Amino acid sequence: MSDVLTLDGVKKTYSVKQGMFGPRKPLTAVNDVTLSLGKGEVLGLVGESGCGKSTLAKLLLGLEKPTSGDVLVEGESMATLDRRGLAGRLQPIFQDPYSSLNPRKSIYDIISLPLRVHKIGNTASQTKAVKDILDIVGLPQRVMNTYPSQMSGGQRQRVAIARALVMKPEIVICDEPTSALDVSVQSQILNLLGELRREFGLTYLFISHDLAVVEHLATRVAVMYLGRIVEEAPVAELFEAPKHPYTKALLSSVLTPEPGLGVPETALGTAYPNPINPPSGCAFHPRCPLATEHCKTVAPRPIQTEHGRVECHLHDPESPMTRQDAA
Amino acid sequence: MTDTLLSVKNLTLNIPTGSGTLKAVRGIDFDLKRGETLSIVGESGSGKSLTSLAVMGLLGKSIKRQADEMRFDDVDLQKANRRVMRDLRGNRIAMIFQEPMTSLNPAYTIGDQLTETLLLHRKVSKAAARARAVELLEKVGITAAESRLSQYPHQLSGGLRQRVMIALALMCEPDLLIADEPTTALDVTIQAQILRLLVDLTREMNMAMILITHDLGVVARVADKVAVMYAGELVETGPASEVFAAPSHPYTRGLLRCIPQPGKTERGAPLGTIPGIVPSLIGDVSGCVFRTRCAHARPECREAIPLRGDASHEFKCVHPDGALSEEGEVA
Repeated sequence: MSDVLTLDGVKKTYSVKQGMFGPRKPLTAVNDVTLSLGKGEVLGLVGESGCGKSTLAKLLLGLEKPTSGDVLVEGESMATLDRRGLAGRLQPIFQDPYSSLNPRKSIYDIISLPLRVHKIGNTASQTKAVKDILDIVGLPQRVMNTYPSQMSGGQRQRVAIARALVMKPEIVICDEPTSALDVSVQSQILNLLGELRREFGLTYLFISHDLAVVEHLATRVAVMYLGRIVEEAPVAELFEAPKHPYTKALLSSVLTPEPGLGVPETALGTAYPNPINPPSGCAFHPRCPLATEHCKTVAPRPIQTEHGRVECHLHDPESPMTRQDAA
Repeated sequence: MTDTLLSVKNLTLNIPTGSGTLKAVRGIDFDLKRGETLSIVGESGSGKSLTSLAVMGLLGKSIKRQADEMRFDDVDLQKANRRVMRDLRGNRIAMIFQEPMTSLNPAYTIGDQLTETLLLHRKVSKAAARARAVELLEKVGITAAESRLSQYPHQLSGGLRQRVMIALALMCEPDLLIADEPTTALDVTIQAQILRLLVDLTREMNMAMILITHDLGVVARVADKVAVMYAGELVETGPASEVFAAPSHPYTRGLLRCIPQPGKTERGAPLGTIPGIVPSLIGDVSGCVFRTRCAHARPECREAIPLRGDASHEFKCVHPDGALSEEGEVA
């Protein structure tokens, strides 16, 4: 499987002011992330708010430039690709279909805009492309002359998907595509994303905080914590045998509709650390139930597992923690 | 104590609009005992938030409220004047809203906002109110509670703000807590902690809770009783264990099939869907409101719909078994 999207040691640091006259301090939103997406894969990216998921999406879309490291699209560095070339390969779908569509433009204008900007085809072929894509996303052709305000949330999200797919991209970055929708509409959109992927061989980066949805749609899952990928594995492996204590905590807090089980105890504490002053050593150690002195001082290195990797001293054969266990 | 704390019978809410009367809530009944948790579950526009606002007496002036009975303990909510309602709200009935970011006043400290309720409803000194605030902040799991009192909402994270909201609601030890989507804006890890806290507190204080949510996972784990609401009607009510084990209304089963359930749903397989959209509630609304989206609709669904099941687990459907046999599969 060839990789269509690769992140190679990508780092993004913002400079943040502390208070009105305070000194500027660096905030590392994405810290040395290395990831790759094979063609046709769905990489689920999960993590709490503030962990850097959306910054990562912005880096992939070329809306932000990495401070260091490189993003490769089909082997070509993003820095060398122009915006037009990028738009043909990579398209976003955003969370809120109420604010991501221009209310003053008709549905035809919204969907055909990418084609007009990139001067692809003439008016007749653009109209045909819009009609075709409406069919594909399951909207009747008569909606072409309506406006976003006349549509329901689910229909709007279909328009957003149509707008992304009209450029025939290889990769679609879905940033929480269903979290603003009702459950009955969410399932329709998830089914549509699944069908489109099979039909057109699309590759998705699927950012979501809903682990049940990620488990359903993703083929691989990456867990992000304070700007780092702390665990990455195929979906079955990650959900059935999570390795990192943070992954375990996340999975245990999923509420499945099974009455009588009660609400689980996560033992994580509330304090998500301040990314301006990240904890020493392993960034997760203040919330980790298994943390030791070693975790407070030494940052863990990525350890290859069978089909993925994990950053935790408990899985490092050379850390003092695992050596003590063996002794 | 097993006496009924809140009893609502045949509640109807009508909203006059330019194009006719919007029948937002039509003839719903529910009751709640002390210490019990009722979860009202439904999609956006089903009227679940309006129902809770009707109990609180916080509806906009244009909304017409009618009911055969609306009784909270010894107070008739329909006859209660503004002063009586003011005495109830924040004191015996408290509410937690969805957005912890917007429901705290940014111009006042946490301490001011927490003590205000108590100073308003009880004859206590400022020092005693502050002591109570610290006690509750500690109870909801906030560390360094004393120093938090002088902080402003913007200095707290979302999870902490929601904890402050809960502490605020509990200041006067209410008999009834109405929580409207209390965890929707929060991360899953924080969601689990907040829900656990709410469950523990209702047990400890023998407090009744109405939990409004669209998340079936939350309902299953927290509620004693479930009321499934669709387009302004309760289509199914019953104990949580029974409703999830044997969902009887086609809509309830449809909702459960829409969500991926780890271990039950095959990964990547298509999820169940409910085709169509919620019908307009303006004008004449009769028969089963779900019939336009139901796979088992019949001509008689336009008529009055019988209430089926026993008194504890009821559902509204023309099919005696809620069309379960027609589906040929168990949700």
